[in-house]
Amino acid sequence: MVNLIIDGVQVQAEEGSTILEVARFYGINIPTLCHHDELTPYGACRLCMVEVEDGRRRRLVASCLYPVKEGIRVKTHSERVMKGRKLILELLLARCPNSKTLQDLASQTGLEQVRFKMENEDCILCGLCVRMCAEQMGSGAIGFVGRGKKREVVTPFRVASEICRNCGACMYICPVVDLQCRGVKSPGELCNSCLVITPQCLGKYDQVMCTLESCGACVQKEEK
Amino acid sequence: MAERASEYNKVNEIIRSYSYEKSALIMILQEIENLCGYLPAWALKHVSEKLSVPMIQVYGVASFYDAFHLTPRGKHLVRVCLGTACYLRGSPRVLEAVEKELGIKDGETTSDRTFSLQSVHCVGACALAPVMVVGERHFDKMTPTKVRSVLKAGAG
Amino acid sequence: MKKIRTPQELDSLRNSLVQMRDPNKPCVRVCLGTGCRARGSADVMTSFKDEIERQSLEIKVDCKQTGCHGFCERGPVIVIGPKEIFYQKVKQSDVSEIVSKTLLNGEFVDRLLYIDPITGQKALHEHEVPFYKKQTRLVLANNGQIDPTNILDYIAIGGYQALAKAITAMSCEEIIDTIEKSGLRGLGGGGFPTGRKWRSCREAHGDVKFVIGNGDEGDPGAFSDRSLMEANPHSILEGMIIGAYAIGASQGYLYVRAEYPLALKHLQTAIDQAREYGFLGNNIFSSGFDFDIKINRGGGAFVCGESSALMASIEGKMGEPRAKYIHTVERGLWNQPTDLNNVKTWANVPLIINNGADWYAKIGTEKSKGTGIFSLVGKVNNTGLVEIRMGTPLKTIIYDIGGGITRGKRFKAVQTGGPSGGCIPEELLDLTVDFEKLTEAGSMMGSGGMIVMDEDTCMVDIARYFLDFLQNESCGKCVPCREGIKRMLEIVTKITKGQAGEEDLELLQDLARMVKEFSLCGLGQTAPNTVLSTLRYFRDEYAAHIRDKKCPAGICRDLITFVILEDKCTGCGACLKLCPQQAIDAYGLIHTIDPAKCIRCGICRDACTFQAISVK
Repeated sequence: MVNLIIDGVQVQAEEGSTILEVARFYGINIPTLCHHDELTPYGACRLCMVEVEDGRRRRLVASCLYPVKEGIRVKTHSERVMKGRKLILELLLARCPNSKTLQDLASQTGLEQVRFKMENEDCILCGLCVRMCAEQMGSGAIGFVGRGKKREVVTPFRVASEICRNCGACMYICPVVDLQCRGVKSPGELCNSCLVITPQCLGKYDQVMCTLESCGACVQKEEK
Repeated sequence: MAERASEYNKVNEIIRSYSYEKSALIMILQEIENLCGYLPAWALKHVSEKLSVPMIQVYGVASFYDAFHLTPRGKHLVRVCLGTACYLRGSPRVLEAVEKELGIKDGETTSDRTFSLQSVHCVGACALAPVMVVGERHFDKMTPTKVRSVLKAGAG
Repeated sequence: MKKIRTPQELDSLRNSLVQMRDPNKPCVRVCLGTGCRARGSADVMTSFKDEIERQSLEIKVDCKQTGCHGFCERGPVIVIGPKEIFYQKVKQSDVSEIVSKTLLNGEFVDRLLYIDPITGQKALHEHEVPFYKKQTRLVLANNGQIDPTNILDYIAIGGYQALAKAITAMSCEEIIDTIEKSGLRGLGGGGFPTGRKWRSCREAHGDVKFVIGNGDEGDPGAFSDRSLMEANPHSILEGMIIGAYAIGASQGYLYVRAEYPLALKHLQTAIDQAREYGFLGNNIFSSGFDFDIKINRGGGAFVCGESSALMASIEGKMGEPRAKYIHTVERGLWNQPTDLNNVKTWANVPLIINNGADWYAKIGTEKSKGTGIFSLVGKVNNTGLVEIRMGTPLKTIIYDIGGGITRGKRFKAVQTGGPSGGCIPEELLDLTVDFEKLTEAGSMMGSGGMIVMDEDTCMVDIARYFLDFLQNESCGKCVPCREGIKRMLEIVTKITKGQAGEEDLELLQDLARMVKEFSLCGLGQTAPNTVLSTLRYFRDEYAAHIRDKKCPAGICRDLITFVILEDKCTGCGACLKLCPQQAIDAYGLIHTIDPAKCIRCGICRDACTFQAISVK
């Protein structure tokens, strides 16, 4: 067993577990997009990044992949981490503005305005569908193709795949496409009516104190 | 059809020469690109089968690296270097001049398939900047006004 | 060909080679590196061979091809031993004169000698040329001496002695100890202590281990790896065999970008010859150690210079990096322990084994030992390949070796570390080059690119250039890199067009910080460096673009105007003829540019021989 501290709490974990596994076990909610417990971790969305101090240095790591080590101190909601998560979600929203999942996650970080030129994609390239198809369904009919901004998820030669069994698992697992928001007011603006939380404790401590789901002590934003 | 048959045999030969090793995928595709001028779909499918590598992986690799093209290329490949040394000595203007002269944009092929244009980052001849390569021939100290004659010389 | 099985056999082969070669016999060494080749040195070589044959001079004179001598600006370069006479910008038409005057009569062909542009002094011999004087050529020492396609040349100068010593007279522990004590650090850019890496790999669990030589060199403007692979491939092989022995690896890979055909050719020839002589293969030096090397060509992706992406590429996959919380020395190629080092790092190993850790540790600074190899390019007079002791001031490299700024312009900045690095301004020219100092200054050592920029460079445009490059090269896996670089590029482009406001600058900085901290691999983590370093040292230039909508260096097209100076214009009409937009009109003799039609392409300025066209 490995001993470590997460958000000030002393915990124990089995060797080989990831920080994400341990945190969730103890009820600490670290947001993720490209992660699924039944699929191999991917580490691409970077939402799950946490601050780790191992006695020598302090750095940010992807909690879905980082194996726990003896004596490390982890902060899952430090200011540095929260700022980054907010910006990552802003970037993702600029790409896929109509996703309710993204909007909810973004609202939780206090994001109100997307400052980038808006696009209209419906894929965040999290790879869940690819891994689902390959690992759980044993097919591998779809995959990543292209590099950088040309990257996309398609079938070989962009034609109907011979090995796709139309099981629908890829659509089932997709975190972004299904739940579509219908109420965007003006381009780039979040209405924030689904989730409105401004953590007061963040300003006082360098840490959101309730890393469990909203305890209700936070202040609800007034209707604009 | 006969041409296809001979290319097919050559592709088989290439795969065999690398002992059907999965790790030689990129080098196999490079040789096929050299042979056919691009990567035809039939060749990719054949490689996937013979190497026992999933089609999506072969297709993914073919789409990822700069050396590979999924559509036929022009007879003469024109490469304008946009590496830092060439950039500082004005190579973007040379690229613009080539685009204008050939009537195509960076990455495209002329409709009659004579020229393909590709900007590259560093051919390793930085002392001769700005550098342009047509086929295998290097042309150094390029300026926009030299473009027309260089294209003629490179194709001729 | 009998394989060399003992150090004694190697010694006697070397001795017989040395005895066979007359040190006083004149020998023309022609540089056939890629740079000189592009200027026709292959033809020069053919001419020498033909002329020597024609006059039946084979007994009197030798002619040999070598790899890159380093002074690319003055190519084609030849050196005539034993006096080491240095001729530059040699043409085919010069050959017969060189043969009759210099080779047969010991006289100089004056016009081919190097003349210092400032002092006017002639350099007769290679070591007198200012470009070489301040260098410390250890790794590159033999670049211009040996024929890279002939293993016997390498053996004659002492090649494979270090291998013999390491395998027959040292234990694996001793070898790793030596490398650790020497202080050798990774010369691919990371600067990780090589000995420590080897030790971790040796101690990792796994029966099958690999070593890799990284010759991908994707940094635009860097060609140090290329030169070394072309000119002295055996030095790399020898280092890899020694490392593999120490670590316990049985297979090695050399990953070389496909854009380096000559390097690939010479490396393959070297591997074939090394096998012939028994330095690769089974039972090397009768020790029971089996090891061989395969060459893998890169497919064309800058990101494959990153170790985990490179390994994915060797495995036949897309070059996507992975998180390295479990290091590649523990789980690398096919999940086996793998040691990856840059080819320059490998080439240092035989030197250290031969001369000892203490010898190496005496060179350089406290934390950066040995030498650094840089491709010095850009707006500097003497472009080429430079090797200097760590701790040499930038000023020395740029002025004493580089010969100062071209066209008499003012130095503005030097960019090191490629797209992952940063720009260093004039006030830091006294900076002594080493890993730590470059990182402190906001840049990094990287793969050794050193790009000199003058007053006509716009630093905002440079930031835009590198972001554009990295956006294309990003693998696209992680959000910060893929989306973050894209948006940073959008903002910087806006700035170059005079369309940005203060809030854009703030957003740019927030993005830069996040991308640096949240990206998955080194490409994303270092992508913001050019933006951050130019903001740090050239903020006023950003301010000019944002507040005043001006580009002080006269580069950003949307913010400049081309103007014909009345007092200088002679009415020759050269500009009018060439203007692609017909934007130039002539009123009598004086020509003017119509700003509404002008696209600021600069063709007119190039054409004008009276400096009558100026940029505002």
